[in-house]
Amino acid sequence: MKTVVSVIGMDAVGIISEVSAVCAECNANIVDITQSVLQDMFVMVMLTEIEELNCSFSEFSDKMKALGKDRGLDIRVMHEDIFNSMHRI
Amino acid sequence: MINLNDIMETINMISEENLDIRTITMGISLLDCAGPDIKSSCERVYDKITRKAEHLVKTGEDIEREYGIPIINKRISVTPIALLAAAGGDPLLYAKALQRAADSTGVNFIGGYSALVHKGFSAGDEALIRSIPEALAITENICSSVNIGSTKSGINMDAVKLMGETVRQTAERTADRDCIGCAKLVVFCNAVEDNPFMAGAFHGIGEPDCVVHVGVSGPGVVQAALKKCPDGDLGRLAEIIKRTAFKITRMGQLVGTEASKRLGVQFGIVDLSLAPTPAVGDSVAHILEEMGLETCGIHGTTAALALLNDAVKKGGVMASSSVGGLSGAFIPVTEDAGMIDAARSGDLLLEKLEAMTAVCSVGLDMIAVPGETPAEVISAIIADEAAIGMVNTKTTAVRVIPAIGKKAGEELQFGGLLGSGPIMKVNLTKSPKRFIDRAGRIPAPLQSLKN
Repeated sequence: MKTVVSVIGMDAVGIISEVSAVCAECNANIVDITQSVLQDMFVMVMLTEIEELNCSFSEFSDKMKALGKDRGLDIRVMHEDIFNSMHRI
Repeated sequence: MINLNDIMETINMISEENLDIRTITMGISLLDCAGPDIKSSCERVYDKITRKAEHLVKTGEDIEREYGIPIINKRISVTPIALLAAAGGDPLLYAKALQRAADSTGVNFIGGYSALVHKGFSAGDEALIRSIPEALAITENICSSVNIGSTKSGINMDAVKLMGETVRQTAERTADRDCIGCAKLVVFCNAVEDNPFMAGAFHGIGEPDCVVHVGVSGPGVVQAALKKCPDGDLGRLAEIIKRTAFKITRMGQLVGTEASKRLGVQFGIVDLSLAPTPAVGDSVAHILEEMGLETCGIHGTTAALALLNDAVKKGGVMASSSVGGLSGAFIPVTEDAGMIDAARSGDLLLEKLEAMTAVCSVGLDMIAVPGETPAEVISAIIADEAAIGMVNTKTTAVRVIPAIGKKAGEELQFGGLLGSGPIMKVNLTKSPKRFIDRAGRIPAPLQSLKN
């Protein structure tokens, strides 16, 4: 199972590093990263494999959310199927 | 890798435009629970619902967390209770059993305190209907519906008369709570068997033993999409609505199949409805205004709504393996910020709402009427609405709330998804009493020579 970790907010130093650190801490394997600045907002999307997570999905998701809260960023962890089903026939 | 813009679009729909799954509704047949002893029947009803729906709420929450898509309601629909009440006993005992089951499972509504009487009353039907005011007063989470007409059988005017009285009594019984009982009572013509939306949900007798339906929403998403096209012609708007409805429905299909897999229950249908909420940016009326109407309710509203309703269905049908329920645009007045404003300003009148129901999903929904409205006028409103449904071969419904002790222009407050709204003006100068008192049946309409 793959999930999309999306990070939206004001650009700052170290965002990718901190998000990656949570991935490493939970043993989520990063498969792909894209980042861009859209309408003055920093947008980063990370595709991660979470089969080997060393914690539950909820904990992983909560850790990301907590990081987002700390840094004033909107961080979401969502199953990739939601995007596949909405945008691909 | 999935396209970044696609990801942003989805996230934006959820965070900014109120996209959500409005409900996961588990349909449960209670036919095998009926028996001659009502107490043991009630126990079987409680046992079956709590067994089948034990994990419903948790599963909904799990999916919500993993997919990042809000699932607002988890609900249950059951076999029309009148079918169980046919075996005798006080139907209120079933209402109490259902309430206990709602409390145990944690769902926010159980629908199906219902009777299907479009051609006449059978054993249990009348007793159930007469118990509705009490049932809705003593329970919190039970919804009731009565089907009084269909295209194939005509309109049962005896039932229409009875329902006018029932709606009034329900309002009177809950007058201390802003007449909220009536917000949980729907009178249908051509009721559907697989509707996941409350208050009209029940589990039809043609349905499997247990099934999971999903109702999607997303008026805000459609409005936002139309906003990006201020100058396009109406054909272009229809295309945009179709594309948006497709995406919304795909999400509903995904959640529905996932829920059915996890619960080990057959997947039923996706109801691709635009169901508004009182929240800003979640209004069907605002879509119509985005199309170019200065306010909802003026001339042109019916045409705009017809376009919207049709485009939603066209876009959604391709996105799901099985579409059903009420599918279309809902226009519940107190649950829609734009409708509330239009009703307050006097631009949206009951007569216009009735015309709108001829081209959209459902009917006169969540409309507060003055407390002085007599039962025969409510019956006449029901009869008019049923006639529109019967002749046009579509589902129509009436959910009006007589605001006991209040007058047109004052407001009712229900809170939550049920919202609040002004009491609308009803023409009470002349009476339809003689027509309603005739009772009997309006014969089924001719299905050819359509003009």
